[in-house]
Amino acid sequence: MKIGIPKEIYAGEKRVATTPEVASQLIQLGFEVAVETGAGTAATFSDAAYTGVGCEVVSTAADIWASADIIMKVRMPNADETGLMRSDQTLISFLWPAQNPDLLKTLSDKGVTALAMDSIPRISRAQKMDALSSMANIAGYRAVVEAAQHFGRFFTGQITAAGKVPPAKVLVIGAGVAGLAAIGAAKSMGAIVRAFDTRPEVKEQVESMDAEFLMLDFEDEDGSGDGGYAKVMSEEFIKAEMELFAEQAKDVDIIITTALIPGKPAPQLITAEMVSSMKDGSVIVDLAAEQGGNCELTEPDTIVNKDGVSIIGYTDLPSRLAAQSSQLYGTNLRHLLTDMTPENNGEIVVDMEDEVIRGATICKDGETTWPPPAPKLSAAPPKVEVSPDPVIPEIEEKKSFVGPAIFVLVGGLALLGLGAVAPPSFMAHFTVFVLACFVGYMVIWNVTPALHTPLMSVTNAISSIIVIGALIQISSTDNVIMWMAIFTLLITSINIAGGFAVTRRMLEMFRR
Amino acid sequence: MISTGIVTVSYIAATILFILALGGLSNQETARRGNWYGITGMSIALIATVLGVVTDNYVWLVTALLIGGSIGLILARRVQMTEMPELVAILHSLVGLAAVMVGFANFMDSGVHFEGVELTIHDIETYLGILIGAVTFSGSVIAFGKLSGKIGGKPMLLPARHWLNLGLLLAAIWFGRDFVIQSAAGEGLTPLLIMTAVALVFGIHMVMAIGGADMPVVVSMLNSYSGWAASATGFMLNNDLLIVTGALVGSSGAILSYIMCRAMNRKFLAVIAGGFGTGGGSTAKGGEDQGEVVPISAEETADLLATAKEVMIIPGYGMAVAQAQHIVYEITTGLRNKGVNVRFGIHPVAGRMPGHMNVLLAEAKVPYDIVFEMDEINEDFPDIDVSVIIGANDIVNPSALDEPDSPIAGMPVLECWKGKTTIVLKRSMATGYAGVQNPLFFKENTRMLFGDAKDSLDAVFKTL
Repeated sequence: MKIGIPKEIYAGEKRVATTPEVASQLIQLGFEVAVETGAGTAATFSDAAYTGVGCEVVSTAADIWASADIIMKVRMPNADETGLMRSDQTLISFLWPAQNPDLLKTLSDKGVTALAMDSIPRISRAQKMDALSSMANIAGYRAVVEAAQHFGRFFTGQITAAGKVPPAKVLVIGAGVAGLAAIGAAKSMGAIVRAFDTRPEVKEQVESMDAEFLMLDFEDEDGSGDGGYAKVMSEEFIKAEMELFAEQAKDVDIIITTALIPGKPAPQLITAEMVSSMKDGSVIVDLAAEQGGNCELTEPDTIVNKDGVSIIGYTDLPSRLAAQSSQLYGTNLRHLLTDMTPENNGEIVVDMEDEVIRGATICKDGETTWPPPAPKLSAAPPKVEVSPDPVIPEIEEKKSFVGPAIFVLVGGLALLGLGAVAPPSFMAHFTVFVLACFVGYMVIWNVTPALHTPLMSVTNAISSIIVIGALIQISSTDNVIMWMAIFTLLITSINIAGGFAVTRRMLEMFRR
Repeated sequence: MISTGIVTVSYIAATILFILALGGLSNQETARRGNWYGITGMSIALIATVLGVVTDNYVWLVTALLIGGSIGLILARRVQMTEMPELVAILHSLVGLAAVMVGFANFMDSGVHFEGVELTIHDIETYLGILIGAVTFSGSVIAFGKLSGKIGGKPMLLPARHWLNLGLLLAAIWFGRDFVIQSAAGEGLTPLLIMTAVALVFGIHMVMAIGGADMPVVVSMLNSYSGWAASATGFMLNNDLLIVTGALVGSSGAILSYIMCRAMNRKFLAVIAGGFGTGGGSTAKGGEDQGEVVPISAEETADLLATAKEVMIIPGYGMAVAQAQHIVYEITTGLRNKGVNVRFGIHPVAGRMPGHMNVLLAEAKVPYDIVFEMDEINEDFPDIDVSVIIGANDIVNPSALDEPDSPIAGMPVLECWKGKTTIVLKRSMATGYAGVQNPLFFKENTRMLFGDAKDSLDAVFKTL
């Protein structure tokens, strides 16, 4: 089948659905790939690069739409583009069916098979095709880069000959994919990073990136909704949250907001008042600008300066890192196609039994198949209630006291009994024995664990000291005893020579 | 030829040298010298005994020494480092056998005479020496068989095996009493022989019931027994050198067993009772679908390793099986030359013998100052870019910490999942020794490199 990659026509869109690297992998899967001339230029992929890996470069968009069996795009098609589609074509792109019912209807009426990359279910198996996560990751990174560009100081603290520079303080609200990417980028530039999220389970992730997780003293409320997204919180919670932000706004230099709740306008978290309380020169990057913004003063697609604070409302952050986002998006598409091409023969199968493909397919054969049935598995495994069990440690503590006490008592009694009946010669040997056990105990605890194997072989060699017993008996006039002694001597000498030699061999190997 | 006093002094010297030999093992620099102390001590003891005690049969003595010594040296030279556990096990069995032989010979020696309580104590000493010796002998032979694969590694679980053990123990005590009574009348060989048979069966049964990965405990336990056998023989012969040396070896083995048990968070008795990982219950729970594993190719692995700053390699028994330690070394050198900080994290029970992994890595010339124990590096994982798990499973299982009802709950594990990426080299998705599913494989930052460890690493090395 032929895959067509038209040039993106949305104003300012620099991404392309396939890079030369991905194209070569698609060709290996058995597909033909046709690219509109100049499709990759904005993302710094030349036509020559595509031809180099075996793609066909086509001069007009109309040719692509006419000849391809599968169309892959980044932005959803506009009316002109849908007009070029045929019923036997498959379209794979970001489509946002919930927000664009008209587009869904048009595609459905045309009989097109359309797969929306934004509708890929968020299950573990589909992570490799999760384009939303890929894009969010890039947006988070780029948000920090944009912030740095509009922030008049270093991120990292320095002590220079010209004076001390304090590190920048960054607050990231919403620790999803984008938030975590922003934390990572800001952290690696040397800033002090704090993060807030309504979902307590992300605390560990935030802390694993060496950022500080801001907690609210709310015990019962958990902000985790279905599919790893956040949900709407209670009123008291929001109030406490806003107080926290107001307090933080006075302290931090940069705020990056990534708070989104699926299917709802973005929650407004940073009020005009908080903005004015921020230091002059501070920066807010609002990644939720497209859904109305987390900051009251955000204006989509532009930068505004209010009270000395730059508020960045770009909605095209992934496109501003076009080469990277094209590569990741293309790879997501490739993974989807790999799953849809079970025979590796360049023929796709839209298998509606497959949970991932079912979820992504919004219309097929003239029928609207969106919304899909609810996914069976959420990204995070369901929580298992672990009942705290304080009884066990208590018992163990008691044991640890009673056990040794009984042991000492029994041991002591046994020793007393032994002392009462045993002759002095035995007690002399016994003294030596007990002392030797203690010496052994002290010495062995000092042995480094790395040398435990040599320890075993050397103790093995010296335990062959039992040979002394055989030597005492070897001069016996009793023939049976003599032969037993000779045999014992033979086997113990194997042990002595073997044990020491192998220990030596091992120790020789240990080197710096 | 020399006086008893000189012999005793030589024995004291040998004792001190043995203690120094063990003390030397506290670190790698002094260990080699320590081994020479041991050899010197043994030579002094042997020479003093030959000159001071032996009066006849020198020809046979020298012949036996030479033959045995040569066999030992050849064994030591030929053995593969991966086969060390087998060698140690079979050598233990020889100590056990020697204890049995010396005990019988001593019993049959009409030149030894005791009266009253002394006779009873002497008989008990003889009896114990033979008992421990026989258990050590048969147990070590079975351990050897299991370690070398001649006997299946699966625990053999007879029905009512605990009752069987108890029965054998009671039988041993009963015949012990019988032996002491008969010995006073100048008899006693029959109960002694029966007891030896009972002890042999006990040793076999005990080790048969223990599974492959509990072998570190078994090997160190047998190590301990071989010491106690020597000690008991020392009591029997009124020889302090044997008593002291036996006690040193015995406590050494006991401490090693304890360390191994602690590293598995298990009770010593539970290990010895055998049959781990066969209980039902939560094992099934671990088998739930926990998500999907993400495979990775050797090329991508090489790429990850080359771009990492901190790499941790966690070897397990699988590395020994695949003989992959040499290629691991090649990769390590390659990465270190590129400025990647490669370190090794060793779990105390990795492998089939205490310190097994250290010896394998040393054999492959990995410098020992980049090989760390679990306690030394477990804190460092958050800074690790890539952890490479080679043929290990239970020792990196997060459910030991997260799941209170997991069979391995509470066992200290290497917390590699706290690093950025973990690459697991594995032949298949099979569970580890404990039969517990490993949630590590399903973690988001875990990648699976399926295939034989050596082949996979060869491919990684080529790409590097």
